[in-house]
Parts: sequence; structure tokens; C-alpha cells
Amino acid sequence: MPQSTEQPSTEPASTEPPSTGWPLYEVFLRGKRGLNHVHVGSLHAADPEMALRHARDLYTRRNEAVSIWVVPADAITASSPDEKDPFFAPAGDKVYRHPTFYQIPEDVPHI
Amino acid sequence: MELSETQLSEHFEATIARQDRIEPRDWMPDGYRKTMIRQIAQHAHSEIIGMQPEGNWITRAPSLRRKAILLAKVQDEAGHGMYLYAAAETLGADRADLTERLIDGRQKYSSIFNYPTLSYADVGVIGWLVDGAAICNQVPLCRSSYGPYARAMVRICKEESFHQRQGYELLLTMMRGSDAQKAMVQESVNRFWWPSLMMFGPPDAQSPNTERSMAWGIKRNTNDDLRQRFVDMTVPQAERLGVTLPDGKLRWNSSRGHYDFGEVDWAEFTAVVGGAGPCNADRIARRRSAHDDGSWVREAAMTYAAKH
Amino acid sequence: MSDDESEFDAYLSLADVTEDDHRWAFGTGFADPLAGLGEAVPPGVDPAALAERCLALGDDALIYSHRLQQWVTRAPELEEETALANIALDLLGQARLLLTRAAQAEGKNRDEDQLAFFRDEREFRNVRLVERADADFAELTARLLVFSAWRLALFDRLTADLDPVLAAIAAKAVKELTYHRDYAAAWVIRLGDGTDYSHAKAQAALDALWPYTGELDLDADAAAYLDGVFAEATLIPPSAPPLAPVAGKTGRDGTHTEAMGYILAELQSVARANPEATW
Repeated sequence: MPQSTEQPSTEPASTEPPSTGWPLYEVFLRGKRGLNHVHVGSLHAADPEMALRHARDLYTRRNEAVSIWVVPADAITASSPDEKDPFFAPAGDKVYRHPTFYQIPEDVPHI
Repeated sequence: MELSETQLSEHFEATIARQDRIEPRDWMPDGYRKTMIRQIAQHAHSEIIGMQPEGNWITRAPSLRRKAILLAKVQDEAGHGMYLYAAAETLGADRADLTERLIDGRQKYSSIFNYPTLSYADVGVIGWLVDGAAICNQVPLCRSSYGPYARAMVRICKEESFHQRQGYELLLTMMRGSDAQKAMVQESVNRFWWPSLMMFGPPDAQSPNTERSMAWGIKRNTNDDLRQRFVDMTVPQAERLGVTLPDGKLRWNSSRGHYDFGEVDWAEFTAVVGGAGPCNADRIARRRSAHDDGSWVREAAMTYAAKH
Repeated sequence: MSDDESEFDAYLSLADVTEDDHRWAFGTGFADPLAGLGEAVPPGVDPAALAERCLALGDDALIYSHRLQQWVTRAPELEEETALANIALDLLGQARLLLTRAAQAEGKNRDEDQLAFFRDEREFRNVRLVERADADFAELTARLLVFSAWRLALFDRLTADLDPVLAAIAAKAVKELTYHRDYAAAWVIRLGDGTDYSHAKAQAALDALWPYTGELDLDADAAAYLDGVFAEATLIPPSAPPLAPVAGKTGRDGTHTEAMGYILAELQSVARANPEATW
């Protein structure tokens, strides 16, 4: 069984990339009483200004203003805190797999 | 130093055995990744489709306070869907692709949303029973082995506990109200009780993959366990409300320490999950048309971004 | 089994009531905008006139929120679902505060729900602009832009109103309306300066809605702001004449469009079917 290693993908695995797909942004928030920004999740937006608006709508839900950072997911370079380096698949240096149109075979039984 | 599949696999299993989290950059078996994507995606789809039966009553809510609560709840569900799609994307899925799979039927959503909402009481009953069942399913997932999913579940569970309370509160108000309101609640319960039990999936004897999912920390309890827990929690709530659950076999069994209850109509469950429920076509059609109608909008935003 | 118990401890603790519980539907961390203010109308403020003003502004928000609510599950992307629901909720909140103030000022023992659900069509004082159904997302964003810019300018002035409750409502609304206006502007610009198709849609939307702005009395700053957005969106500023009144009357007089009857039929249906019920 081949290893599920991640090669930095240059072409989609599916036949047709969604041409109007908005890119992925990661969202970081610092609350009113917070000391630092915390990663809270991700969302899709066509550009940074809309990403910021959407982050406010989705992650602060009508709360008072907090500090929001949005970063395109593929701009993030990450390393793992785990010292067991060899146990990490050579995944390039991307923290998340930016859309790779991952095929999910239909014979995977549902839970 | 390149590690063998065996060593990576052992490290993975050891992490699971310690009840530690698997994170996006960790090695994981293909089967784990694919199962997790499917489970998270179908959970996300359920949140998005679930907006429809309740959203059906926002414009007709009979008080402004109830209208605001319901609108906020449905908005929360959109948010939950997005948290979950985001978790699935950390595994290599793409949200637009998952949406396609929902629309063309390759992926599913919770079959409870294939039932119609026919009266305002359904809003309360969905909050009480459907969110109640969802919470039973979801609290254990806060300990899912997959980190992003577990973290999304903690946030979702917190918000859904509010939703359930608001639904129950509406029912309490209605059950203290007019005869017409009480009848509306009872009629709604009669329609939603059995479908709520079906939310826990088929009986354990017919769920062959439960064992592997439990070994991988994807599933923490069996279907029947959770279904029993839900019944045990809900029967006293029904008594407190003054509604009758439509099951003549429901009674406390003191030797088991649980409520006995009647047999779910598994033929109905299979039919609805398979696409033959009262609202399946409508739910998907609505999702498809929003997605298709929105295509020019999404494209315009991308074109603008490219120009600037 | 102790394992079972600890697992559901998470649920039980999540279900604990917190001090923010009663506000969960509206987010957390808000201060009550009307904290410390009583119900009385101050001397020097004509209660009947105050009631009329609050009713009109409340009806605008109530009916427009209704139109936005109809977009739930129909938005072009999930992020827009949350944004639109936020805006609809904000406007509904403004409607509730304004209708409540109107009821207090008129002194007839009515409340927000009696006003919303048991008035007949000709007693509603909203402008006709808010009654239109949006044919598409271009119409949605164009109307939201114009409505929000207009209402923001109006509420900005109302923060200095002699009625302290209306002034407090306005102060809260100004923050919300700024956000709504900026969201709509961002979209009008993206649609106008997007694809040829979206540009055509945006222009058509603006042209279709412009007659309805005749009732709005846009102030110079708001008009200049809108012109700026249209320019950035590469849209031709519309110039259609105002929508004709009917027998000299418009929305503020209680004379509405044909859409209003359907809106109220939907909005009021459950409440009117159970007129004595508490919900």
C-alpha cells in the first residue's frame, strides 16, 4: 500500500478544478482581553478585504470588535512542534493541503 | 531518514491509543483520511441542509423575539457548516468539490432534514429533539481523534446547547398556552419522534464499520448506545412538557436501568436515506439552485480580485 | 460507567447558564444600548410625533429585514449567508427597539408584536423601497447600498435627537449601518467591476431600483458617497425619475406597492391565526 505522502501538488487529481473557487484564508483572532492572536479556522474569499469581512461575520458573530488577521492559506509556512521529525511525511512546507481536489472513492463505507 | 510504512503506522496507532490528537500534518492511513473527510463533510452538509426546514419559518415567526432567535439559530448553522468544511479541508478536501458531491448525491446529510416542517411548533420540536439527538451524537466527537474536527465540535456543541434550550423553551411556552398551541406541539412531536431516533443510524448489528471507526477514535460510542442515551434523557423532558411520545412500548425497565422502547421502522429509514423521503428532492434542489445561481457572483468576485 | 459520565460532562458544562445566556442570539459582550434610560418621553418632545417617526423607521427595518430573511439558504456562497443573516438580524433588532419606542410614545398599551403583527397594511409607514423583492444578488446589493447609506446619514443626525431613547437606538444603529453600507459597497464594486455579465446585472439593478429612491430624500453627503461607489464600480449613475405616488400618497403615508400585501400575509400569518396566543 503506497504511503500517503504529500508531494507539493502541481495538478489537480480530479478532472476539472473549480474555476470560480475562492481561495482559502486562515483566520486568527485576538479577543478584547486576549494577549495574542489565536487560529480559529478558515474560510473562502475572493480577496483579502472580503476575507476580513467574512471572518468578522463567521468568527465574531456580532460581537464587539476584536482584532482579526486573515492570511491566504498558501502563504503560511509551518513547522510542527513535535520533535519526532522523522514521523512526519515529507509534506513540503505547507501547513495545509491547498486544494488538491482529493478524490474520495465511493466504496468507502459510511460510518 | 525515510521511515517505513510500518513505523509510521505504529506511531499513528500509538497516538490514537494515548487518546492524543492526529493533526493535519501527521501521517495517517489512507482509510482514516478518507473516512474522516467523508464523516466531516457529511456532518457539514447536514448543517447546511438543516438550515432549510427551520429557515422555512423565519418570515412567519409569530413574535419578533422568536424571529430573531430563529434567524440567529439558522445563521449559526451556516457557521457550523463552514467550521466543518474548514476541518475537512485540512485533510485535503476542497469545499467546492464537497458541495458538488452533496448536490449530485455522492455524499449524504442527516436524513432528519428530509422531513418537512409544517407548523411553527416544529421549530421548537426540532430544537428539542433534533438538536438534542445531534448533541448526543456530537458531544463524544469533541474527543474525536482528529484535532481540527474535535476543536470544531467543541465550538459547535456549545452553540447547539443554546439552540436546544431555546427550542424547549418555546415548547414550554406553547404547552402553557392555548389548546390550539398544545395540539400543534403534540402533532409535531408525533411526526418528529421516530425520525429523531433514526438520526443515530442503523442498529449496531447492521453497522459493520463501527468497530474500525471506534478503534481509530473516529467514533466514540455505538449507534444503539447513543440512541438509548437519547431516549433516557428525553423521556423525562417529554413528561415535564406534558406531551406524549408516540411509542406505546416506551417504559422504564428498572432491571436494565434504561427505558425500553419500540422498534424503529428501519424500512422507512432506508427509504429516506436512499432518497425517497418527503423532502429529499426539494432540499437538494434548493442547494443546487443557490449554488448555480451564485456562480456568476462568485466568478465576478474572482475576476475583480484578479484585476486589482 | 465513569467514562460515559465524563464524556457527557462536556455537554452538561456547556449547557450551564452563563450571564450572557439571554443574549446568545445576538452575540455576547454587548452593552444594553438603553441601559439607564426610562420609558418616559421627555418634556419638549411631542409624543405623537415621536411615535410616528419611530414607527416609520421601525417599519423600514422590519420590512427590509423580511426581504433579507428570504435570502436565507439562497445566498451565492456560505460566507454571504452569514453576512446577510447578520444584516437581517441587525435590522430586526433596530425594528424591535424602534417599534417598542413607538409603542411607548403613543401610549396605547401596544407593544412591538402588536405593532408588527396586528396592524393593517395602510398603517405601515415604511418607504416603498424596502418592499421590492430582489430579483438577484445585484439587486440585493444595490438596494442594500442605497438603503444603508441613506439610513446611516439619517441615524447619524438622530444620535443628537431630543428623545434620549431614540438617540441611543441611533448610536447603536450607526455602527451596524456603517458595516452594512460598506459590505454592500464592496459587492457593488466587485459586481460592477467584475465580469461583463456581472457589470450588466449591476447596472440593470441600479437602474431598476433608482425610482424608489425618490421617497428617500438623500442628503448631499450620502449622495456623494453613492456617486463615489458607482464610479469605482464603473457604473453609470442612474437618473430615472421618482416612482409616482398613488393619489398623492407614498409609503410614508401608508400607500404601498402590490408586494406589501404578500409580505404582510406571510409575516403576520401565524400570529394572526392564533391572536390570543403567547409565544
